Amino acid sequence: MSYRIAGGTGEWEIVVGLEVHAQVTTASKLFSGASTAFGGEPNTHVALLDAGLPGMLPVLNARAVEQAVTTGLGLDAQINLLSTFERKNYFYPDLPLGYQISQYQEPIVGRGALLLDLPDGGTKSVGITRLHLEADAGKSLHDRLADETLIDLNRCGVALMEIVSEPEIASPEEAVLYMRKLRTILRYLGTCDGDMEKGNLRCDANVSVRRVGERTLGTRCEIKNLNSMRFVARAIDHEARRQVDLIEAGGAVVQETRLFDSERGETRSMRSKEEAHDYRYFPDPDLLPVQLTQDYVDRLKASLPELPDTKRLRFMADYGLSAQDADALVAERATADYFEVTAKGRDAKLAANWVLNDLFGQLAASGRTIEQSPVAPAQLGALLDLIAEGTISGKIARDVFAAMAVDGGDPAAIVEAKGLRQVSDTSALEPIVDRLIEDNPAQVESCRKNPKAIGWFTGQVMKATGGKANPQLVGRLLAAKLPRAE
Amino acid sequence: MNELLGLSITQAAARLAAREISARELTLAHLDAMEAYRSLNAFITETPERALAMAEASDGRIGRGEAASLEGIPIGMKDLYCTADIPTTAGSRILAGFVPTYESTVSANLWDAGCVCLGKTNLDEFAMGSANVTSHHGHVTSPWTRAGDNAALVPGGSSGGSAAAVAARIAMAATGTDTGGSIRQPAAFTGIVGMKPTYGRCSRWGIVAFASSLDQAGPMTRTVADAALMLQAMAGFDSKDMTSADHEVPDWSGLLKADVRGLRIGIPKEYRVDAMPEEIERLWQRGAEWLRAAGAELVEVSLPHTRYALPTYYIIAPAEASSNLARYDGMRFGLREEAEDLTRTYMRSRAEGFGAEVQRRVLIGTYVLSAGYYDAYYVKAQKVRRRIAEDFSAVFERVDALLTPTAPSAPFRIGEKMDDPVAMYLNDVFTVPSSLAGLPGISVPAGLDGQGLPLGLQVLGRAWDEQTVLDVALALEEAAGFATLPYGLGEAP
Repeated sequence: MSYRIAGGTGEWEIVVGLEVHAQVTTASKLFSGASTAFGGEPNTHVALLDAGLPGMLPVLNARAVEQAVTTGLGLDAQINLLSTFERKNYFYPDLPLGYQISQYQEPIVGRGALLLDLPDGGTKSVGITRLHLEADAGKSLHDRLADETLIDLNRCGVALMEIVSEPEIASPEEAVLYMRKLRTILRYLGTCDGDMEKGNLRCDANVSVRRVGERTLGTRCEIKNLNSMRFVARAIDHEARRQVDLIEAGGAVVQETRLFDSERGETRSMRSKEEAHDYRYFPDPDLLPVQLTQDYVDRLKASLPELPDTKRLRFMADYGLSAQDADALVAERATADYFEVTAKGRDAKLAANWVLNDLFGQLAASGRTIEQSPVAPAQLGALLDLIAEGTISGKIARDVFAAMAVDGGDPAAIVEAKGLRQVSDTSALEPIVDRLIEDNPAQVESCRKNPKAIGWFTGQVMKATGGKANPQLVGRLLAAKLPRAE
Repeated sequence: MNELLGLSITQAAARLAAREISARELTLAHLDAMEAYRSLNAFITETPERALAMAEASDGRIGRGEAASLEGIPIGMKDLYCTADIPTTAGSRILAGFVPTYESTVSANLWDAGCVCLGKTNLDEFAMGSANVTSHHGHVTSPWTRAGDNAALVPGGSSGGSAAAVAARIAMAATGTDTGGSIRQPAAFTGIVGMKPTYGRCSRWGIVAFASSLDQAGPMTRTVADAALMLQAMAGFDSKDMTSADHEVPDWSGLLKADVRGLRIGIPKEYRVDAMPEEIERLWQRGAEWLRAAGAELVEVSLPHTRYALPTYYIIAPAEASSNLARYDGMRFGLREEAEDLTRTYMRSRAEGFGAEVQRRVLIGTYVLSAGYYDAYYVKAQKVRRRIAEDFSAVFERVDALLTPTAPSAPFRIGEKMDDPVAMYLNDVFTVPSSLAGLPGISVPAGLDGQGLPLGLQVLGRAWDEQTVLDVALALEEAAGFATLPYGLGEAP
C-alpha cells in the first residue's frame, strides 16, 4: 500500500514514528495507593504523594511493572532485567512534585515488533524501539472559571506505558493499522483498556517527508496528543502535505512540536526546538533500580494469553475460516472467545457466520458490546444444535435468535413455547402437499415446463405450516408427487 | 539547675519505672528549661500543652505497667520531620502556615515508644548549613561560650536547635537528620553525642527531603547508651520508603559494651588536613591512645579519594535538592506570592520563600543537571562517589572501625564564615565521605580546646554494623569522662 504525495516537483513519501501513551490497567497509581478509577469528583483520587506534600515518597506499584513486562512480551520485545526511574524536571501546576517520574536511559522494555495486517491480506512488521513506565500528570481545567485555572489531580500519578515505534510507518493508514493492532494486543493482554475517548490510549506522531527513492530522513515535526484513530490519520496526512508544500515553495521544515486542531483539520506550531525544555533528567534517588529475575519474566511469559496473530492463523487452520473472517473474529479477545465457545464441536463456518452477521448485527442495533450480549455463546451454540438436529430451520432459527436477544433464555425452550419445532413428520406434511396438488392443477402443469415452478409449492407448504415444515422433507415429497419437467 | 535535668535517659527511665518521679514532673522541669533558655532559639514551635498531655498519658501507662522503651522521656523533634497537627517549617519561609495532616514514620515510632514532644527544633533552612544560621526563624545560639568571652557561638548545623536543646538540658534527647554531617558536626560543637545510622536504617517517609540519597535520621543525646536507646526506637524497615532496608534491627542497647579488645581501629591518614588546629590533632591522638589502652589495635589506613568527597557532595546534594525543592511552588501549600502570570508567581514565591543558601544550592543543582554539564558534573560525581565507597569497603576488610575528628575546627562565632560558603562547607570535610558511602557514624564529646569549647571524635563503621560503632564510642566516652556543662548552665533554673 504505497502512499505518495504528488508534489509540483515530483513524488514524496512520508516517514512516521508513533509514541503511544497507554494507561496501564492497575487498581492504584504507579507510585501511590490512590485509585485509578475514571470519572471521580475532581481531586478525590489523590494520595499525599500525588499532591507533592513534603516528605512523601514514591513506592513502585509491582502490578504496573508486571503489566509493562507482560506488554513487552506481547510485543515480542527484549525485557531489560535492570531498569531505572528518572526524574523529568519541569514546573507546571498539574505536576505537583515539579518532576515527572519516568524512565529515560534504561527503560524496562527494549526492542520489539508489531505486525500490521494490511487490507490486501499481507502483513508488515513495524519495529518497537522501547517501552517505558511513567507517571501521568494531572489535568488543568482552563475553561471552568473565567480568570482561573483549576487543577484536578485524579489522573496525576496514574501509570502510563510510553510505547515508541521505529520510523517505519509509511502512510496515515498504516499509522491507524498500527494503533488498531497495538490496541488489540493491549486489550488481549489486559494491560490497557485502549479507551481513546477517556484518554487511556493516545499518541504523538513524528512525521517527516522525503522524495521517493531518497534514503535520508527529512526534518521531523512531532504532533502531540492525538486521541482518536480518525485524528491520527488526518493529522499525519495534513502534516505531510504541509511539509511538502513548504519544501516545494523553497522553505524548510523546522523541527518543532505541533498541535492538531481537529476542528480546522490542520496542525499548528506549539513550540520550537529552541524553546524545548531542559528536563534535567537524573535517576530518582527515592527509587532503587528495578531488578527483575529471568524467572519472573519466564513466569509472565508462560501466562501470556494466545495473541491475535497466532489466534488468527489457528482459526484459519483449525476452523477453515477465511482470512477476513479470522481477522474480524480475533480483533477483540472477547469476540474470539465467544466464537470458540459457540463453534466448539459444531460447524465452525456456520458459527462464524452467526457471530459475525447475526450476533454483530444484533449488538450493533442495540448498542451493546459483546461482553453485554444478551445471548450467551452457549445459548447461540444450542441454537446451532437445533438447526443441526433438524429441530428448526435456519430461517426459524433467526426468529428464535431475535426472541433470545430480547428476553434471553434457552433456545429449545423458546422453540417449545412458541411451537416452532420443525415439522419433519411425513404423515403431517403429505396431506398438505396432496391438497395443494389437487387444488392447483395449473401450477402442476407449469412444473412440466419449468422445473423452478416447484418453488411455488414449497412456499405454499411453508406458509401453511407457519414456516415450520422441514424444507428437505418438503422438497422430497414434492419431487415425488409432482411431474418432472420434460 | 533542677537535678532532673542532669539525668540521662537511662537514669530517668529507671527512676520513672521505680515511680520515684513522674513523667509529668520530668516534662515540667524541661518545659521550665525551655522557657529559661528561649534566647538560644532552639525551638521554632514549642508544644508545652501537648507535652504535658503526652507526659500524663505516659504516667498512666507506667501506672498500668504498660511502659514502652522511652516512656515519659521529653525530646525535641527537628522541624524537618512532619508532625501531624503541628506546624512544620523546615526552617523556611516557604512552608509558612503548613501544618501536616500526617506523622513521619520516625517521629511516630518515637511517640509509640513513649517519648514526650516538647516542640519542633530549629535548623538550617531545609537542613542546608553547618552553623544553623540559615533558618528563616533566626539563628540558634550555642549554650557554650569561650572562656572569658560572651560572644555568641554557633551550635553547628543543620540540626543546631536539637544540639543546643540537648546540650542546654532543655530536652533529654532530640532527633536530627544527617545529609553530610548535620547530626555529627553540631553534636561535636555542643559537647553531645550524635549518631547517623547506615543509610536505609531509618525511614525517610515524612521527613522533608534535602538530598534523598544521603538524608538519614538519627538521635542526638548526652550519652552513647542514650543514643543506642533512641536509635533502637527510631530505626526499622518501612514499606513506605523504598530506600529503607529490610534489615533486622539488633538490640543495640542490650548488646552495648565498652569492650574493644581485639578490635582493629583504622586511622585514615587523609583526614590529617591542612590548617587543622593542633588541639584537634592532639585529641585525635589521645582518642587513639584510649582505644589502644582498652585493648584495640590501631592501624593507619588510607582512603585515597577523601579529598574529592566535598566537591562530590556539593554536586550530588544540590542536584537532588534542586529537584526535591521543586514542589515548593506556591501552588498548593505554604507561601504564595501572587504575580501577573504563572511564571512570575513561581519566581516571586520561590524568591521570597527561599533564603540565600537554599537558592544558592538550587542554582548549583540546576546547573550541574543541565544539558551539556550533566556528564561533566553529575555523572562524574556519581563515579567518584562509587570510588569513595570502594575506599571504605577496602579499608573495612582490614579494620572494624575508623577513628577521626568530627570537625576540623572548634565552634565559631555567629556571623563568621557567612561570606565564604566554601569555608562553611569545609566544616563537613570529615563527615561527608561516610555520608556519600552511606555508612554509620557517631560523634562523641572527647575534650575541650584551649578556649574551653567542646571537641568531638568520630567513629565510623561498616554498613549495618552500628553495634561496633556504638561499642567503640562507649569506650571513648568512658575514657574521656567528658562531664563539662556549657558555661552558665549551672545557675539556670
